Amino acid sequence: MSEYETVIGLEVHAQLLTHTKAFCACPATFGAAPNTQVCPTCLGLPGALPVLSARAVEFAVRTALALGCTLQKTSRFSRKNYFYPDLPKGYQISQFDEPCSEGGALSIEVPGASGARVEKVVRITRVHMEEDAGKSSHARGEDSIVDLNRSGVALVEIVGEPELSSGAEAAEYLRSLREILIFIGINDGNLEEGSFRCDANVSIRKKGAPQLGTRVELKNINSFRFVQKAIEYEALRQQAIVEGGGRIEHETRGWDEKAGRTFSMRSKETAQDYRYFPEPDLPPLVLEDAWIEQVRQAMPELPRAKRERFVSQYEITPYAAQVLTQHPQIASFFEHCARLHGDGAKAANFVQSEILGGIVTRGLEADFPISPAQLAELLGLVDAATISGKQAKEVYALIAGTPRAPADVVRERGMAQVSDAAAIDAIVAAIVLANSRQAEALRAGKASLMGFFVGQVMKETKGSANPQMVNDAIKRALGLG
Amino acid sequence: MNLLELPVTTLAHLVQRGEVKAIEVAEACFARIDVTNDRVGAFLALSREETSLQAKSIDEKRARGEALGALAGVPVALKDSLVTRATVTTAGSKMLAGYVPPYDATVVARLRAADALLPGKTNMDEFAMGSSTETSAFGPCRNPWDLSRAPGGSSGGSAAAVAARMTPAALGSDTGGSIRQPAAFTGSVGVKPTYGRVSRFGLIAFASSLDQVGPFASDVRGAARVLEVIAGRDGRDATSLDIAPGRWERDCDRGASGLRIGVPEEYFAEGLDAEVEASVRQSIDQLQADGCVVVPVTLPHTRHAIATYYVLATAEASSNLARFDGVRFGARVEPSRDLRDLYGATRDHGFGAEVKRRILLGTFVLSAGHYEAYYLKAQKVRTLIARDFAEAFERCDAIVCPTAPTPAFLLGDKTGDPLSMYLSDVYTLPASLAGLPAMSVPCAPAKSGLPVGLQIVSRPLDEATMFALGAAVERHHAPRAAAL
Repeated sequence: MSEYETVIGLEVHAQLLTHTKAFCACPATFGAAPNTQVCPTCLGLPGALPVLSARAVEFAVRTALALGCTLQKTSRFSRKNYFYPDLPKGYQISQFDEPCSEGGALSIEVPGASGARVEKVVRITRVHMEEDAGKSSHARGEDSIVDLNRSGVALVEIVGEPELSSGAEAAEYLRSLREILIFIGINDGNLEEGSFRCDANVSIRKKGAPQLGTRVELKNINSFRFVQKAIEYEALRQQAIVEGGGRIEHETRGWDEKAGRTFSMRSKETAQDYRYFPEPDLPPLVLEDAWIEQVRQAMPELPRAKRERFVSQYEITPYAAQVLTQHPQIASFFEHCARLHGDGAKAANFVQSEILGGIVTRGLEADFPISPAQLAELLGLVDAATISGKQAKEVYALIAGTPRAPADVVRERGMAQVSDAAAIDAIVAAIVLANSRQAEALRAGKASLMGFFVGQVMKETKGSANPQMVNDAIKRALGLG
Repeated sequence: MNLLELPVTTLAHLVQRGEVKAIEVAEACFARIDVTNDRVGAFLALSREETSLQAKSIDEKRARGEALGALAGVPVALKDSLVTRATVTTAGSKMLAGYVPPYDATVVARLRAADALLPGKTNMDEFAMGSSTETSAFGPCRNPWDLSRAPGGSSGGSAAAVAARMTPAALGSDTGGSIRQPAAFTGSVGVKPTYGRVSRFGLIAFASSLDQVGPFASDVRGAARVLEVIAGRDGRDATSLDIAPGRWERDCDRGASGLRIGVPEEYFAEGLDAEVEASVRQSIDQLQADGCVVVPVTLPHTRHAIATYYVLATAEASSNLARFDGVRFGARVEPSRDLRDLYGATRDHGFGAEVKRRILLGTFVLSAGHYEAYYLKAQKVRTLIARDFAEAFERCDAIVCPTAPTPAFLLGDKTGDPLSMYLSDVYTLPASLAGLPAMSVPCAPAKSGLPVGLQIVSRPLDEATMFALGAAVERHHAPRAAAL
């Protein structure tokens, strides 16, 4: 066991899924041609002014409420001043000394001492609003190019306390946080496109030491797995420095996935002075109690609560509930279907075994091959013994991607099971008559011949007879059991 | 009839009735500009074609029987810090030489909608930083009353345009006195409305918490008419107040009788020119004779106004001017491929000395280790200055005092001494810091004939009292045009 412990604090920047940017009416959608979603305000043209988006405030408040933060009735925006080509005004509008919320918590599951998973509560320092910068690319030889479509897009910054102690915990924290943001509908959780970004402050100290060590900021890491690896690498790197009698440098480092190591991006020893001061173009943000209450009432169900409810309401396993709540659209699809059909467990089984594999989610969107109503109808056909479970899978394959009703497909294809007892009895009687020798042998105890008779009936009915009813009819005809 | 000698309201009335065509006004306006502007330097850019087209469309509108707007055919000069679609807008800076904005400031759009003519953009101190229009990168503007003197600043070009009757009205912007002081120096009426009355959208920012757009006019009623047009909530300026404009033109007829006017002792102290004092006191006596009650008041934190202002205004300016970096618009000097060099060279080339001085000051007062001592302390003093006024307004309805300590000074007189230049705004800064409505209206001129301005400061949003008093002062001192 190492004598050191790792201390990690995470800062997450999440783009809000508002239609417009934070301070102008430009669309905030990703992927448009460069510099087409811009106006005087987000270009920082002379004379232009910011006006705060009410929707952005609502989303930030939703985030704060989901994380149990205390909302500040009055908060304000400040200017963070620095020069960079993708920052058109020469300052970023951000909340600094009076954020809109403080003091929340995020509960995560981490491996406990015995190996079982235990709950760990990580405190959230604050959730505040700010605007995104544009995007610089340095690809064309010596020239840099700047795309300001992202300039002014609304963000929340979620600052966690330095209470995480491993890369695995950090990854778990990020997964849980991302899941919450997606479920409350404020962020699409897309790390590749940068709509969910994470900076990790990593330091080490002797176990039990009261003081935090010098921290290194890991930036621009676009997967949870890489965050975990980067932190694990960084902890070992810092440990080696300290054990070698060295000093940890206060710096920003990136992650080189190919080399599997962190690398220095810039030193923070000479701290940049951002000259924060209150943004004079925006009045203080005042949140009315009644409005906060409206946002609270309209708050979507959080993933953990949804899982617990699914287990109790639909009598599915915690594992199934976990699988079915991996995305809000999947949860909603399952629940819709479960309600229409009436048996949550059956719906859960079919969704998990047949449907999930083919679902592609894009942000908060997901495409399903069939509708909950189609699935509920299909499961109903199995319940009524019109088709078998095996046939249900075939029917699903046939209706996937179409609006067709399962019952129509079953009818067209002649798939309906023969569940008419009299019809089955008649067929069985004829077969017994035609195979009297085998019938005698079965009656005498040669149980293996049961399969022969079932096979004959299935052959006669082209496989559409209800297998259980066929079994019963054969036994009846031969006077067995 | 010299159309441009007519007051705003009279001219608009004649155009509305069809007695004068807007195109005639436009032609007279440019004719006047052509014979005077070379000597004065009031305009930096003229929009001859657009103005003539607009005049024609106003005349056609009337010919179709449609009602015309409140400023029908009235030429209104625009300070060059107001952005105008398709017309070069420089804010008096080399940084923006040749810059054509893609949009109109809200106040410009409102003037257009009221059928005003917009003949051009007026000279100003660079980015509104100055009190004489001498920091303009395009040469100084001269005072039409004496071409060797400054018209004041920073809205000197707008003031001079009105004083020389190139236009009967103009827009300026006032951060610490930039409308009122040049109005006083040029014998025109200049109004700084309550902070938040008028949209700042499209005003190139100097100090956002102080900047306010306001009118110049040849008479008080004209200023009231223009303010009624440009005031009111604008959804694109979060600091604009959701309060409808008043009926200020009507207030000009209200009379001053019964109003309590506060005379602050701090504004009649050392540094005040004897002639200015005599002229202002004469107007106060006249107001008293008209039925006003004169109340001595005290504004004890006045002496801190200059220091407070130059901390707060420069702090905001240092941030507001960061966008002039050579990356997206305006001047760009690229000595090498290094980004820092691009910034440094562009800003060194584009900004003049006074602007650089203020950016440095503002950067300093916001820096770590200085923020509390300067910026935060100045914010506290700002609150105290506002409280001074609030307490004085418990005893009076408006404050009357000099607009500037002296009449117009000679060009070059103060350019070498920034502090003496800053002192020129000593009487206008406090109302700016308190966000109060204030105006300068001409009172008796000095013996030399140079105009003297009287300042009226009223309660927040009480422009009504300010206009009533301004009109009362004006009744004793009919508007004068500078002879050129």
